[in-house]
Amino acid sequence: MDVNTVRAVFTLLALLAFVAVVIWAYSSKNKERFEKDALLPFADEGVETPPPRETSR
Amino acid sequence: MNQPNQSNPSSVNPSPIDYDLRVVRQFTVMTVVWGIVGMLVGVIIAAQLAWPELNFDLPWFSYGRLRPLHTNAVIFAFGGCGLFGTSYYVVQRTCQASLFAPKLAAFTFWGWQAIIVAAVITLPLGYTASKEYAELEWPIDIAITVVWVSYAIVFFGTIAKRRTSHIYVANWFYGAFIIAVALLHIINSMEIPVSALKSYSIYAGTVDAMVQWWYGHNAVGFFLTAGFLGMMYYFVPKQTGRPIFSYRLSIVHFWSLIGIYMWAGPHHLHYTALPDWAQSVGMVFSLILFAPSWGGMINGLMTLAGAWEKLRTDPILRFMVVSLTFYGMSTFEGPMMAIKTVNSLSHYTDWTIGHVHVGALGWVAMMTIGSTYSLIPRIFNRSEMHSVGLVNAHFWLATLGTVFYAVSMWIAGVMQGLMWRAVNEDGTLTYSFTQALDATWPYYVGRLLGGVLFLTGMLLMAYNTYKTIRGSELASTDNTAQAA
Repeated sequence: MDVNTVRAVFTLLALLAFVAVVIWAYSSKNKERFEKDALLPFADEGVETPPPRETSR
Repeated sequence: MNQPNQSNPSSVNPSPIDYDLRVVRQFTVMTVVWGIVGMLVGVIIAAQLAWPELNFDLPWFSYGRLRPLHTNAVIFAFGGCGLFGTSYYVVQRTCQASLFAPKLAAFTFWGWQAIIVAAVITLPLGYTASKEYAELEWPIDIAITVVWVSYAIVFFGTIAKRRTSHIYVANWFYGAFIIAVALLHIINSMEIPVSALKSYSIYAGTVDAMVQWWYGHNAVGFFLTAGFLGMMYYFVPKQTGRPIFSYRLSIVHFWSLIGIYMWAGPHHLHYTALPDWAQSVGMVFSLILFAPSWGGMINGLMTLAGAWEKLRTDPILRFMVVSLTFYGMSTFEGPMMAIKTVNSLSHYTDWTIGHVHVGALGWVAMMTIGSTYSLIPRIFNRSEMHSVGLVNAHFWLATLGTVFYAVSMWIAGVMQGLMWRAVNEDGTLTYSFTQALDATWPYYVGRLLGGVLFLTGMLLMAYNTYKTIRGSELASTDNTAQAA
């Protein structure tokens, strides 16, 4: 196979992998999980629920 | 202060983990020390550019010898110690585990300091591999590799023994920084020694230039960006007291940033012997890079949504917010300058120096300073810094210093570019190089003023840090006296 075909396929795969990451990150299935993961910096203080944001966003 | 973690010395830590803070304290103190040294050298060479007599005809004190010392000291000594220290702290806290191989961590501290001292000695003596940001000669390159691999073992070892199910995003950025810098350093430093302190690169010609700027730009991308984004993703939420604006955005931010940065290096070689297609690849990837950069900036800034009033009382948070703002400015400016037509004006002028310092002073140093102010009370068991007023004074000195520096260099750079390209009707150059240099002089003085302001702020930080640590020692002797 021509090396340029390999390069083109690799570029395409890289793009697809990125799209897959976006879909995974924003799927509603993972919403709760990531909201919990975002609290890790506060886990050593025993914080388990996010501090409320004062204004609606 | 109503941050949940401004841990009061008397409050009991709910976690039984014995965090390894000694190495964090060492690196944090040295961040301040090397910051002053590196920026002082910067101020000296800025003065030499305005008044060349200031090299006193001493070879070791001349601009050419001191400039690499300045860049190495601020990037690898100041920035490096900041990254080592905060990453060791953040990885322990977010993994809820003490450091893996604490003795190896101590070795990385002493090893890194020894490498910095070796740089401080060899660079003014003129020993250089003459690769920008990779000037250190081969024995020191080997030492860097050994310390860096040890760093990777400690960091990833700690992640491996984590008690949390998830690896927090800050650790992803720190981890990418550690892996990428190892890769960059080893590949770019491939060289053949010919004597104890002299070597030649195995690459030649255009390939050498491309390898060098693949290294150089990714040193910006991974050392000066990914590492400090790791800092940002921990300390901005921590100091604000609320989680990052969007954790999902941080995931996309991470993968897009590390995927794209690797390919932007050729924009340092526009209109050179590098093949045109490679230049275009570099330009296009630089333009795409704008998206993840601003995604990260928005994620950091929006973390303050609903808590903006904290900026009124907390100068540490001000450092972080202004840092993110400068990050946004410099990551907008960078892609613009990577466009070939813009680059034909900006390249080789002081505009580039201005751009670099918006990133270096505005983003990297301000984020490091803010995070360090946030970290010092936590690791020395104080509720806050000795003087919040001095932190505020430092904030204004740093902000004004950066603005003076950047504006001087922007004006100087655009003016130089226009003067160099101006031609008369008969095709001869309108201005000689000396005329452009002469016109630049006032801006070199303006830049020096900016540098002096920034350095003055660092001196306040050193005093404040000393008093905070001293207060911590006094308090612990009091406690011992009471217990006895």
